[in-house]
Amino acid sequence: MGILNIVTYIPLIGAIVILFFLRKENGKAIRYTATLFAVVDFVASLYLWFNFDPKGTGNAMWQFRYVREWIPSLHVQYDFGIDGISLLLILLTTFMGIIAVVSSYQAIDHRQKEYYILLLLLQTGMIGTFCALDFFLFYVFWEIMLVPMYFIIGIWGGPRKLYAAIKFFIYTLSGSVVMLLSILALYFFNDDGIPFLNIKGLGNAPTFSVLQYHNIGHLIPPTLQFWIFLGFFLGFAIKVPMFPFHTWLPDAHVEAPTAGSIILAAVLLKMGTYGFVRFALPILPDGTRQWLPWIVALSIIGIIYGALVSLVQKDMKKLVAYSSVSHLGFVMLGMFALNPMGLKGSVLQMINHGISTGALFLLVGIIYERRHTRMIADYGGLARQMPVYATLFLIAALSSMGLPALNGFVGEFTILLGVANRSIVWASFAAIGIVLGAAYLLWLYQRVFWGPLDNPANKNVPDVTRRELGLLLALVVLMVWIGIKPAVFFDIIEEPVRYVVIKVDPAYFDKQPLTYPPAAPVVVTAVETTR
Amino acid sequence: MTWNDIIYLLPEIVLTIGASVLLLVPVMGSRGAGLSAKWMMMAVLAATAGSLIYCSHAVENIEQSRQLQAMFALDGFSIFFKLLFIAAIAMLVMLSEDFLAEGRYSPWEYYSLLGFALCGMMFMASGVHLITIYIGLELLSLSSYVLAGFYKSELKSTEAAMKYFILGAVSSAILLYGISLIYGVCGSLNLLDIAEAMSMIVTNDALMFGIMLLGAGLCFKIAAVPFHVWTPDVYEGAPTPIAAFLSTGSKAAAFAIFARIFYVGLHDFHLEWNYVLATISALSMILGNVAALTQDNVKRMLGYSSIAHAGYILLGVISLNALGLRGILVYSVVYVFANLGIWATVLMLRRHQYAGERVDDFEGLSHRAPLWAFAMIIFLLSLGGIPPTAGFIGKYFLFAAAVQAGFGWLAVIAVLMSAVSMFYYLRIVVAMYLREGIEAEFAITTSLKVVAGVCLIVTLALGILPSRMIDQVVASSSQIAAHAALTPHAGR
Repeated sequence: MGILNIVTYIPLIGAIVILFFLRKENGKAIRYTATLFAVVDFVASLYLWFNFDPKGTGNAMWQFRYVREWIPSLHVQYDFGIDGISLLLILLTTFMGIIAVVSSYQAIDHRQKEYYILLLLLQTGMIGTFCALDFFLFYVFWEIMLVPMYFIIGIWGGPRKLYAAIKFFIYTLSGSVVMLLSILALYFFNDDGIPFLNIKGLGNAPTFSVLQYHNIGHLIPPTLQFWIFLGFFLGFAIKVPMFPFHTWLPDAHVEAPTAGSIILAAVLLKMGTYGFVRFALPILPDGTRQWLPWIVALSIIGIIYGALVSLVQKDMKKLVAYSSVSHLGFVMLGMFALNPMGLKGSVLQMINHGISTGALFLLVGIIYERRHTRMIADYGGLARQMPVYATLFLIAALSSMGLPALNGFVGEFTILLGVANRSIVWASFAAIGIVLGAAYLLWLYQRVFWGPLDNPANKNVPDVTRRELGLLLALVVLMVWIGIKPAVFFDIIEEPVRYVVIKVDPAYFDKQPLTYPPAAPVVVTAVETTR
Repeated sequence: MTWNDIIYLLPEIVLTIGASVLLLVPVMGSRGAGLSAKWMMMAVLAATAGSLIYCSHAVENIEQSRQLQAMFALDGFSIFFKLLFIAAIAMLVMLSEDFLAEGRYSPWEYYSLLGFALCGMMFMASGVHLITIYIGLELLSLSSYVLAGFYKSELKSTEAAMKYFILGAVSSAILLYGISLIYGVCGSLNLLDIAEAMSMIVTNDALMFGIMLLGAGLCFKIAAVPFHVWTPDVYEGAPTPIAAFLSTGSKAAAFAIFARIFYVGLHDFHLEWNYVLATISALSMILGNVAALTQDNVKRMLGYSSIAHAGYILLGVISLNALGLRGILVYSVVYVFANLGIWATVLMLRRHQYAGERVDDFEGLSHRAPLWAFAMIIFLLSLGGIPPTAGFIGKYFLFAAAVQAGFGWLAVIAVLMSAVSMFYYLRIVVAMYLREGIEAEFAITTSLKVVAGVCLIVTLALGILPSRMIDQVVASSSQIAAHAALTPHAGR
């Protein structure tokens, strides 16, 4: 069977069960069934966590491989396998899957059956994307994700849901179809080339295997790499979203239901950064270097711009949405430092952002369910009325702005180290972003929770329920765990990060001063794609 | 032509006799029995399909019969397309049931015309001689003109038929003029002979002019820009099942001859015509998709979308490589089934002749008929090329062919336009799922259900497990690929 298949398809089975065996009037049974499948999926993914060998290098880095023929006439394989980066993202997905399902119990009161089916389908799509090691398969999962998310925003969203849903769909689709062309260009380069443009191919057996492209990437001529990278860049940068392509994000976040926002922020945005670290960087080292200045510039603009726009937001959810633009800018900047420190921080920050921002969206959703407004001006002095809620909000906000002993600090600090190692100028810009991040979050906190409780509508707002408390505590535990014991996570991504660095810059570890532990040579042999 | 050669034509002969009998039945007195007309038509189609399958086994080597091949070929390519046509016509017969049950028009004539149109399509698929192709095309066109005007008393329908007829006749004339110029230069009308003659010619203005006219005539038939203006009007005005026929079966036949003429006959002049066709393709994709964005009438929207799809298919002709040829075959199948499914839905919503055609009429369909709405999503996603539907596989082939042939810029336009196309396909989804609808009646009949079910299964199955179809396509197109000297993994 393959454990990865089990993890990927449990949510799909859940969706089928709900579709065929539960009546739509029976909301309770639907909710509990969805929760059951989400929990089972999380437990199954824990199996991956406990059986993962972080020491594997070379071919052994890709674990739990499951390779079968899928469409032999197109040389497409059904190829699943994960490394440390995918492992963490899969765990994040299954974990946030539970949070998303449980947090929807009360928020979703109509068309529940369709809602939970779509949520589970979305989860299958996301996990499949992280598992796929075949470009065709990856693309299929990548596109499948769009449809459930489109409906989740479009049916259960806020007042401008139609606009937001279509914008989300068309934006993301435009990026990914251009990415498809890049995949095709890679495919033909590996095969016979493009005679018409005088591009000689390698004449290898045609394949879509990502690992094969990892191995031949450096052979691609720089001009071709430039264009292929552009295609990947458009596909991934829209998803991240990077600065000029971010406009769909605030709309989607503001209009989406709480669970939709949680999944969007925690997992879907990571698809873009994951795409860069898994495909664009290792396959196109020259392209990466050619595009580096642009991407770094856009990341820095994104960090500062996102933070500044967050400062002036009147709507809490929009504030958190723009803060994502800023935080993802950090992730991109750390990644394009192209050294192990920056990449490690970047990967960990993907997880951190998922947890912290997911928690913030959940918290905003909780207050919205009670008061039906997200305007900061409608609140004030909530700390007196909802002490538990205020405490949890503070922890999430501190985690998001990077207070030591919480997860955000570890990620941001590592990224800053990596970036400073590369260029002190970039690092200074990033530091400004961190200061601004503290500013908008603390100011938000001050306006919402402190001061006099003068809006009479806020007088009788109940504090968090036990269900909400459970969800939030689970997230807080993770924040603290990553904050004080990041080594567990760093160990897992050590090898994949080293792999990516060597792909981008084969001589990187030779150039390092002697204070570094001498790097063991990594031998990358031809990848065996069939078993 | 000897008696033994009859076997090549057996399916066409069976079909012609069947269609003629259908025409004669009402004369002999049993008028008005609509249901039996339908079943008789189905029997004729079954017999045609049966004889076609029989022939495809009985004919051992098609290349051997050179004499007959000068006009007509029963090769893998034509068998593939003929089976597709028969399937499409069978589904159209099912779709037409309600429309004919209104009883004002004779079902016998209708089915008989459909049969003759099918016969024309089958000749087109088999034609390796420009005259055979032309005659097939005319048989199809003449039947289509009559069918488009089948609502004799409706102004819109008559207007559509008139427009279609005048423009169609002009384009046929242009096509014929092009054919005669090519004959003048090459001295033959057989595609293989033309190819042979062309390989000796470096450049020739008359020949270029002939190719241009031939291409223009063909572009009219597939409704590519700038020869597209008739499409939305005709689709809107024609009876809905006939609009479905024009946008699926009839178009697929035109794709078939497009592929055969350019791959077998004109491939030596590739560098002369490919940029012209590339421009036409780009314009079709852009104009078709952009114009469809603002349409409120679903039939017009589908009309513009079919212009865009013609643009996509042209990618397969322009790239002139094995992938492109396969792409044309795959895309024809994908397009026919997804489109027929959508037309079935439009027909289901049809309450009174032209009602049920606006996008608003889809509102709330997810409440009233959840399964049907789901099927509709799959069809729309397939037309938009989103996995895991068949449309993605089809688009994959065409885009890959364009990239391999070095038409990167065209592929970029194609993919971006397919993203744009999702915008208007999603409008229907929005209406079905995201708006609360009016409680209007609609009639889901068994035959509509069967058509939608078949289309749904095919669209999903070809999207998730396309291997068998692709193998079949590779086998069916191998001969033509060989004619054009196309090796499987290299463009020219």
